[in-house]
Amino acid sequence: MVSDEYGFFIDPQRCIGCRACVGACAECGTHKGRPMIHLDEMDRMESPQTVPTVCMHCEDPICAQVCPADAIKRTDDGVVHSSQKPRCIGCENCELSCPFGVPIVFSGMEQMLKCDLCYDRTSEGLKPMCATVCPSQALLYVPKHQVAEMRRSKPVREFLVGTLKVKTRTAVMVPDSEIPLHLDAALLIEGGF
Amino acid sequence: MSTTPKSLAELRDVYGPHLNLAPPGGWDADLEPDKLVKTHCCFCGQQCGIQLKVKDNRVVGFEPWTEFPFNEGKLCPKGVKRYLQGNHPDRLTSALVRTEHGFAEVDWEAAMAHTVNEIERIQTQYGKDAFAVLSGVSLTNEKSYLAGKFARLGLGTKNLDYNGRLCMVSAGVGNKKAFGVDRAANSWADIVGADVIWVTGANVAECAPITTDYIWRARDRGAKLIVVDPRITPLARTADLVLPLKPGSDCALTNGVLHLLHKWDLIDWDFVKAHTTGFEQALEEVKDCTPEWTSGLTGLPVAAIEKAARMWGEAETSFLLHARGIEHQSKGVENVLGCINMVLATGRIGKPNCGYATITGQGNGQGGREHGHKCDQLPGNRDIENPEHRKYICEVWNCTDEELPGKGLTAQEIMNAIHTGEIKGLLSLCFNPLVSLPDTEFTRAALSRLEFYVNLDFFLSETAQHADVVLPAALHEEDEGTTTSAEGRVIRINKAVEPPGDARADWKILVEIAQRLGKEKWFGHFTSPEAIFNELRVASKGGTADYFGITYEKIEKNLGVFWPCPELDHPGTPRLFEGGKFFHPDGKAKFIPTRWRPPMEVVDAEYPIWLTTGRVVFHYLSGTQTRRIGFLVEQCPHPYLEIHPRLAALHGIEEGDAVEITSRRGALVLPAKVVKSIRPDTVFIPYHWPGELSANRLTARHLDPLSKIPEYKVSSVRIAKTTKDRFPAELAELQRMAFEARTDQANLPEQVF
Repeated sequence: MVSDEYGFFIDPQRCIGCRACVGACAECGTHKGRPMIHLDEMDRMESPQTVPTVCMHCEDPICAQVCPADAIKRTDDGVVHSSQKPRCIGCENCELSCPFGVPIVFSGMEQMLKCDLCYDRTSEGLKPMCATVCPSQALLYVPKHQVAEMRRSKPVREFLVGTLKVKTRTAVMVPDSEIPLHLDAALLIEGGF
Repeated sequence: MSTTPKSLAELRDVYGPHLNLAPPGGWDADLEPDKLVKTHCCFCGQQCGIQLKVKDNRVVGFEPWTEFPFNEGKLCPKGVKRYLQGNHPDRLTSALVRTEHGFAEVDWEAAMAHTVNEIERIQTQYGKDAFAVLSGVSLTNEKSYLAGKFARLGLGTKNLDYNGRLCMVSAGVGNKKAFGVDRAANSWADIVGADVIWVTGANVAECAPITTDYIWRARDRGAKLIVVDPRITPLARTADLVLPLKPGSDCALTNGVLHLLHKWDLIDWDFVKAHTTGFEQALEEVKDCTPEWTSGLTGLPVAAIEKAARMWGEAETSFLLHARGIEHQSKGVENVLGCINMVLATGRIGKPNCGYATITGQGNGQGGREHGHKCDQLPGNRDIENPEHRKYICEVWNCTDEELPGKGLTAQEIMNAIHTGEIKGLLSLCFNPLVSLPDTEFTRAALSRLEFYVNLDFFLSETAQHADVVLPAALHEEDEGTTTSAEGRVIRINKAVEPPGDARADWKILVEIAQRLGKEKWFGHFTSPEAIFNELRVASKGGTADYFGITYEKIEKNLGVFWPCPELDHPGTPRLFEGGKFFHPDGKAKFIPTRWRPPMEVVDAEYPIWLTTGRVVFHYLSGTQTRRIGFLVEQCPHPYLEIHPRLAALHGIEEGDAVEITSRRGALVLPAKVVKSIRPDTVFIPYHWPGELSANRLTARHLDPLSKIPEYKVSSVRIAKTTKDRFPAELAELQRMAFEARTDQANLPEQVF
């Protein structure tokens, strides 16, 4: 069981695109060499902004809802796990339906693997690997009550996907609107700082 | 004749770079480690704590070391994957000797005997100083200390210098001039309490990633961040104020800020009067440096300059950080002094939450530059030309003043002297000058003129390909010792595994050469790194970098000790200059005027664009290690040209197009990366690659007159769109390697549970 006291917070504003999280995720003994994190450049011409995606661990996971083999389980602590062998048939329903693009069906395995909040670590009181190594702490794993005093940005756990409200265990930190988005050096030089 | 013995392609086939993609035995080997070894990262100056997993004398992975105070488990991708430099197909495990048909493996004795004979022949024929030593500061303090003693007493040559000459020597010189000591003024803990953080010429997110979190923690408290850099780096993207100034205009900006601090009376007069000298002259120098003047030179708006000066001037607490961006210039020292003048004028140093630091680049950039690695320096950061300092070291070393050589040439000057034929022989370790020195083709020509060159390395680096003898050295995890982090914290490097085959620790190799040269009396007692460290402690005693009170045991117990630490019962010194006490004899800091002058090369009609170079987060220095690790190559396989869309449009260049970049030294063809995060009059190339992809084909051997650092950060170039068939063949090979890393299925298990 993972302690309910701790929360996972994604703070994209802080992300520096270094992929330490991706590299460290691949070191895990439960998915050996395959990272479960997606790290995307938004639009490199426009900005150096990058965004890490780990599983949002939905309260009512769409991936599990659409699984024809009932292979995706959510434990009572709110963690949504990789598909169970031998149930998983590699059909990719989960991959196609997840609003966050998290699950991956690996070719050669015919099995869906995904971020399971480093269950081997978090169920023993450690932080997940990605949030342990993240140099800028864009991936943050701390007691939930500490976040308000640690960060100026605000955690969000509800998302609207089309007309569907999705509630998640993992939070996305919404930036402080005061922070400017400096994107074009040419405009800065011309006085648009 | 040190030209390469076979074609580069043939050398590459045998010695790499090839990729290591997976732990020993593949991902499915289920390697339950025998032990976890607490040590530090082998890469940058932050020296993050890390635990290495060891099984059967092989490093098989890592586990975060969350108790180590600096990084609390955090790591960048280099640290995460560094363990893959072990068990590597390219690893040198036997001594190599050049033959007409390439390198041949020979037994240790033969390689050693040949090396010693050649050293003796060259020194007899041309004089002691005709044999030079080039070393590096990825080495431990013990090895750095030994390299100095080895060159001076083992070989009797004055010509020893190190790759720190390309790193933070401008900061070292500036700090010594202003403060009387060369060390970051604070531990990083003081960053968190600062109200304004000024970062200049430092791509913190990519080159010192863990420092990002310290800055963000300050910002979470409400601190304001100012970033000065021609590029909007990942940290600058969200900064409160970004100042993308022209390359090479840094000290115009700091002069302009000092002018405004004085004009608006934002000076801490009490501090200035009580604890500094020279303020009047510094003010005199900036009296005409109005915002309009500053704007003209930096290319920044007047309002931005005024805003920066006001934010800095009105802050209660502050921290100023700089790195290679301002130091890699022919005015590196003045740029540093300009920053220090801003700090001293506001009195915000030597107090909690107030500070100043250069972010030392290399793993042991701090410790390695304190104990005799430099051509002008003796242990404890003593001066080799100071009679008192020489006398003390002669006593510790038990040698005469005649036996101790004087000041020698700096790194680039050594290469210049090799080129002119003044220096005939070279021993190098932990240094890859063919990639890291400016003006690559000049370096290649110089190396080919050496009569004898012996190189100590664990991979056959591009420079090692020019050697007559290559002695296989040890990886970081195959030896023990200490390093000193960018904060000035002395820490323990623990040995995880034994070196393979004939490879051995660099210190053992140097001691053996010295003994074979008949110098047992000075080197015979060095039977372990700790024995070397204990001599270093005594040699540093009474110097500014005083390590006497630091022992291995004390470091382990305290998770590091900050120097100066003069006595065994001294707790160490995380924050320097408390109470306004500086290291000059009068106890005061010095303001030193910094008169504006242009960089050595400026843009003109023929070469109208500024070029600046630097690092990416996935690679370290010349890439000898990181260009061999699959994951890192996958993320960034080759260099590219960063260019603003406006400049790109002028030349009809689009993303991915082939661009020929030409300077007065040479040319290279790279793919364009079109980004709005760089000034439209400036282009950027990361420098980690060799040969036809080397950014240093373009850079110049212009040196700062005091620090002798090359001006990597400012060159002038012209660019032209060209056809993609002109990309070097190596570019395709690197793209193939990235694909190999991305699609590597062979090592991945078919089932995980």
